Amino acid sequence: MKTSALRYALLPAVLAGGAALFALAPAAPRVAPDPGNAGLKLPAGFGALVVAETGGKARHLAVSPEGTVYVKLNKPTAQGGILVLKPTATGKATVTSGFGNYGGTGMYLKNGYLYASSDKDVYRYKLDAKNQVVSPSQPELVVAGLKLGQEHESKSIVLDDAGNLYVNVGAYSNSCQVKDREKGSMGIANCPVLDSAGGIWQFKADGQRQRQAQGTRYATGLRNVVGLDWNAKDNQLFVMQHGRDQLHDIFPAMYDEKTSSQLPAECMYAVKGGDNAGWPYIYYDPAKHEKMLAPEYGGDGKKAVTDKYINPVAAYPAHMAPNALLFYTGTMFPAKYRNGAFIAFHGSWNRAPEPQMGYFVAFQPFKDGKPNGPYEVFADNFSGSAAKTASGRADHRPCGLAQGPDGSLYVSDDSKGTIFRIVYNK
Amino acid sequence: MIRSSLLGASLLLVAALALPGAGPAGAQTKPKAKPKAAAGAPAPALLAQGKQVYIQYCLSCHQADGGGVQNMNPPLTKTEYVLGDKARLTNILVHGFAEKVEIQGETYRNVMPAHDFLTDAQMAAVLTYVRNSFGNKASAISVAEVKATRAAGK
Ligand code: HEC
Repeated sequence: MKTSALRYALLPAVLAGGAALFALAPAAPRVAPDPGNAGLKLPAGFGALVVAETGGKARHLAVSPEGTVYVKLNKPTAQGGILVLKPTATGKATVTSGFGNYGGTGMYLKNGYLYASSDKDVYRYKLDAKNQVVSPSQPELVVAGLKLGQEHESKSIVLDDAGNLYVNVGAYSNSCQVKDREKGSMGIANCPVLDSAGGIWQFKADGQRQRQAQGTRYATGLRNVVGLDWNAKDNQLFVMQHGRDQLHDIFPAMYDEKTSSQLPAECMYAVKGGDNAGWPYIYYDPAKHEKMLAPEYGGDGKKAVTDKYINPVAAYPAHMAPNALLFYTGTMFPAKYRNGAFIAFHGSWNRAPEPQMGYFVAFQPFKDGKPNGPYEVFADNFSGSAAKTASGRADHRPCGLAQGPDGSLYVSDDSKGTIFRIVYNK
Repeated sequence: MIRSSLLGASLLLVAALALPGAGPAGAQTKPKAKPKAAAGAPAPALLAQGKQVYIQYCLSCHQADGGGVQNMNPPLTKTEYVLGDKARLTNILVHGFAEKVEIQGETYRNVMPAHDFLTDAQMAAVLTYVRNSFGNKASAISVAEVKATRAAGK
């Protein structure tokens, strides 16, 4: 309380000081949070502000070293499917233009290019010295014609440091049943979905018009990954899987509603080339700490599977829908956050009739490149209230994460299109 | 079966009668209080049965308030499918639905599985319930109508 009062007291001085203060400060200027931290609940010392209201379904986002924010929309608006937000002196930003007439999810900035994905393709846009898109209407088509089925359409993307692009191709099925999501329908033997989906595909980051078959199926048995990031410390890919839905709806005799709302865990995997995480044959039980045989494939809620499939490196409550993963490398936040992971939990729907959960950004502490200890709820109350969380009628749903040049954390919301920024001021 | 055919029969009678024995206390008071409205309004017992089916088989996707889940499962609030043609609506339950059509200006990425395991009476009850809940008001769907739609095969 004391610190925030102090911060507000300082605010007029900062505004008046203007450019002079910029020049004096060795680090970036302080950004003042909005009153009430824009409705978010944060640990002590942190503040939040609304950077901009985009009015679009803001999926993933990227922030350039100059503070320009690029936001990928799930559905293009009149301005386009990618919005350009230019920073202002207050730490907020203004939507100045847009381009790309396609919806999608992926947005990633690296090596002088802005990468963007539709639900079928991956594009990249050359950036100039100030990280501005050179030809908004003429992107390179890096990957074309990715598998797109009836669900799990997001093609999330990330690059490593060796010129490779990783793309999620979500399974076009819940659990590979003969009849998707139908009560009692069993799993298809040798699930054919895995041939073209349910995994991460690797491509050349500078390739042109690569077809899916020209890429490598880098990891399989991952139902749907929306949040993924490259861990530079481990030089390894980490992904967040959306676990399967509807154990009770499909197998009511084996799972009651409460159990079904708690199974399976949302899992974090550290992935190496060739790994198999086991979807649709298994799911992860967070209470038993075991991989369980899926009921579609002969499981009964009790049979565990010990071999063959990789274990998650961390597990989170069921159905919370991790939509973004970000390894924090900044110096603005206290030391404990460095090289740890932020996870945006979009919020559940498949816990009904039990109360819904999520709608927050979590922090997962890391040590030596591995999760270390339990996660913490970092930024909460995107929903607006406990009642809105429980009903699932959330005001905002965190979907994308990006780190600003000063180390602040940007969070996008694909419900109202609000872009939040979380800063540490101590 | 006995219970459901009874409900089907009571539905046909609802316009004329005050539902003898069809339900608990509600059935005795409601029709008396609003004798005129009873002509179009489905019987409370039928709605209660429909609600049970809804909770068991629809709520996990379309949610308790019928509002659906953004981008995933559509709302059932005043949509043209819910309020419109009864055979089309019934077929959504019988065959499932994955057309990715625009519903009130949005599209939804999940799939609606077939619910052909439901009895004619359960379908009539749940559809009548949906058409008269979440702010909707539309005529009941009878067991005979469900039967006819299912017999037609498509
Ligand atoms: C697994 C999730 C799921 C379940 C369970 C489910 N639905 Fe649906 N339903 C959907 C989806 C998804 C669509 C839209 C499909 C599309 O657009 O391709 C839909 C569409 C509909 C529609 C037409 C569109 C609209 O919004 O008016 C109706 C009516 C409907 N469902 C009713 C029901 C009823 C009644 C039940 C229970 C008997 C039920 N659904 C169970 C997911 C589900």
